[in-house]
Amino acid sequence: MIMSQIQTKRPAMAPNPPVFELIEVEQEFSVPKPGRSLLSRETVGLKALDGVRLSIAQGASLALVGESGSGKSTLLRVLLGLDAPSGGRALYRGRPIREARARGTGFARDVAMVYQDARGSLDPRMTVGHLIAEPLRHFDIVPKAEEAARVAQLIDRVGLPTDAASRYPSGLSGGQVRRVAIARALASEPSVLVADEAVSGLDVSTQAQLLTLLRSLQRDMGLTLVFITHDLGVASYLCEEIAIMYLGRIVETGPTDAVLERPAHPYSAALRAAAPRFFEPIPEPLPGEIPSPLDLPKGCRFSSRCPAAQDDCRLRDPQLGQQGAGRAVACLHPLTSTEAQASETR
Amino acid sequence: MSIQTPEAPTTLPPAEPPKKVRTGRRSIFLRRPFFTIALIVAAGYVLAAIFAPYVAPYDPVMQDINAMMQAPSVAHPLGTDSYGQDILSRVIYGARYALIIGLFSVLIGAAGGLVIGLAAGLSGGWVEWVLMRLIDSILALPSLILAVAFIAILGQGVDKVVVAVGLSMIGPFARTVRADVMQVRVQLFVEAATLMSIPYLRVIWRHVLPNVIFPLAVQVTIRISEAILVSSSLSFLGIGVTPPTPDWGLMIAEGRAFVSFAAWMSAMPGFALALLLIALSIVGDGIREEFDPKLRRGA
Repeated sequence: MIMSQIQTKRPAMAPNPPVFELIEVEQEFSVPKPGRSLLSRETVGLKALDGVRLSIAQGASLALVGESGSGKSTLLRVLLGLDAPSGGRALYRGRPIREARARGTGFARDVAMVYQDARGSLDPRMTVGHLIAEPLRHFDIVPKAEEAARVAQLIDRVGLPTDAASRYPSGLSGGQVRRVAIARALASEPSVLVADEAVSGLDVSTQAQLLTLLRSLQRDMGLTLVFITHDLGVASYLCEEIAIMYLGRIVETGPTDAVLERPAHPYSAALRAAAPRFFEPIPEPLPGEIPSPLDLPKGCRFSSRCPAAQDDCRLRDPQLGQQGAGRAVACLHPLTSTEAQASETR
Repeated sequence: MSIQTPEAPTTLPPAEPPKKVRTGRRSIFLRRPFFTIALIVAAGYVLAAIFAPYVAPYDPVMQDINAMMQAPSVAHPLGTDSYGQDILSRVIYGARYALIIGLFSVLIGAAGGLVIGLAAGLSGGWVEWVLMRLIDSILALPSLILAVAFIAILGQGVDKVVVAVGLSMIGPFARTVRADVMQVRVQLFVEAATLMSIPYLRVIWRHVLPNVIFPLAVQVTIRISEAILVSSSLSFLGIGVTPPTPDWGLMIAEGRAFVSFAAWMSAMPGFALALLLIALSIVGDGIREEFDPKLRRGA
């Protein structure tokens, strides 16, 4: 009931600028130079993000996929306005994100976050009821008298037992704590929900319940969903679009089904192939480690591990370019569909 | 919001009053017999202090030339001192001063430590550096020496002792508070609150302070005994409370000259002091072990 109210309050804003737009975003941290002497203060720039281009439309659901160290979390902090990018522009509805955040509570109310460590993101000395009521009160969403009722509605919406309001996070299971975090995020009636690994580390059955919940929330409330994960199965279930990151750059984007079925970037193909499947041996993983971002290979950053690398891959750095309907890939020699099939069954 | 269910209590957090803990697990009083005994002893002291005029058999400052230096007897259960004052009555009234000084000086120390520790833990940079060097310089001296210095500045009297002991205890409190603040402020829920664009001061008030104040409260219970000891030492040295105030430290000092043939004059207040300190330490330890979230989180 309350969800329908929310929907009518926020009519579809179709021809608006995208919710988030990242243009050549770079994030450089200075770190001690490797092998510097004990007394030297030399630093080098570590590019955690290197030319990220991404556009997230209103109502879209995007999965951000990549290995650890690929810059997912850094990208997330830029999206949320916690860090200013050191280069490029990060826009929220056409305005720089940091500026939007500084302008008041509007941005904070509109963009809600579900942390990977849901338990850590909840104050252990507050009851679930108080935790969910905090955004309600802070953004002045309901009159004080209706607060308890709204908290109960939210608790019910995320599928927690009614008595959960008087419990503390320490007394809840991992899955329940994530539900609390989701309820808290929804309390501010956001239009964008950013979830960082919101279902990782849970039982498969709990994962499934949470995924179903998130999907129904996204559909009912018309949420824009940015979902960070390393699980391609989760990505394909929940999100219509996918962006695959490798070493601080998005190497392939597009509709999830199309990208996963016919990956154009060799890295996407490798990720796809590395997912364990029933009744099949685990396929050969990618050779080698993810290179240090301090010591990127010349040319294409994937060339050192790429099974299809050619000579010019080691000379030229490919940019994210259009590749078919709604898809983009950063590869000099994108895989054709037959090659993708071959590498998948490799 | 909703009704407490009977099966919930085991999941209740440490910050709740002990009543709720008791319903789920075995009572703390059964599980910790020493804690219970110590609590009863400490409570006895508190009651004796509050109702001193009713439980003390004599006026603590009434001198009786006919009853000088009497050994413990029925009329004077703990004997009398060199002025013929009843030692039991003086010990009972002495509990008032010991507890008042202990409690209020610890509160002063905790309040000062909270302010300095919060400021140091939250500010960082040169402010933190200056504050912590200040604390280091306070900590460099034992609290007794520091209290002596403050007494030298402030003068004698119960109120001055409270202030002197309180000031000398700011150092250790500030250090523990700072350590807790630094641990709490990097927690995810603080970042989550910032993300919600809750103003910084409100984040501190709502999320940092409650997570710091509880360990501090535990510290307070543990350090009351230290404050009592320091204040007694001051009066023993003759620079704290002025005679004829019935103060244990003072009584021990007065009986010192007669210890070879009237040992009860020093022994009785000394015993009272030792018993209270031991009881308070056991109570403080019990509270810490029972409610410290770091020790209980896994439970």
